[in-house]
Amino acid sequence: MNSLFRSAARCLRSGPAVYLPRQTDGRSQWASVRLLCSAADLQKDLGEMVKKDKVVVFMKGTPAQPMCGFSNAVVQILRMHGVDNYAAYNVLEDQDLRQGVKDFSNWPTIPQVYFNGEFVGGCDIFLQMHQNGDLVEELKKLGIRSAVLDAEKESK
Amino acid sequence: MSVTADHIRDRLIKELAAVHVEVEDTSANRCAASFKVLVVSPQFENKPLLQRHRMVNTCLAEELKEIHAFEQKTLTPEQWKKQNSQ
Repeated sequence: MNSLFRSAARCLRSGPAVYLPRQTDGRSQWASVRLLCSAADLQKDLGEMVKKDKVVVFMKGTPAQPMCGFSNAVVQILRMHGVDNYAAYNVLEDQDLRQGVKDFSNWPTIPQVYFNGEFVGGCDIFLQMHQNGDLVEELKKLGIRSAVLDAEKESK
Repeated sequence: MSVTADHIRDRLIKELAAVHVEVEDTSANRCAASFKVLVVSPQFENKPLLQRHRMVNTCLAEELKEIHAFEQKTLTPEQWKKQNSQ
């Protein structure tokens, strides 16, 4: 039952996405497919995953239920800026993904944020970008208008 | 736990010519080896944030294999002075 919940929580976006698990025999199909793929395949897939969406987050848990303070911070910041259409991949669901993404980004920790296929950083960097205004600029480059701009306008 | 705050401090000073390092062992909060570091080094001058963090990551590559959670703040001596005066 729990895995059903977790899998449902992992389906964060409508529309087709390669790694949304489909329930077959009560286990995530993703997990069984992953066992057959090599580490090299995963690196190739990650290359596509980070480009498929403008904003991609590798995190522990899900945006609805983060399982780590740092991952939660990233989710909260995105929420503050009104960004809620992003791809989030839960590394706790897949140990290969958890290690693979660290190899791919050459970055030792989770969460990891990608903008337009480019690695932005982890929680520390993201938080600093949020605090110094850089995040608003970077979102603008993605064609996303940050909600904090509207909030500022209202308060003036 | 083989990785200690002192060990991390020494590596940062040696590899990054850090003029000021603060290492906080935050493991108690997380039941696993966790550290929070502040590194002040002239080598960070003119380097974007991501590059600075990668320099620290490279410096502590071996240690990070054993660390579960890691927070870092990277400043140039000038930024550090400015922060202190505020």
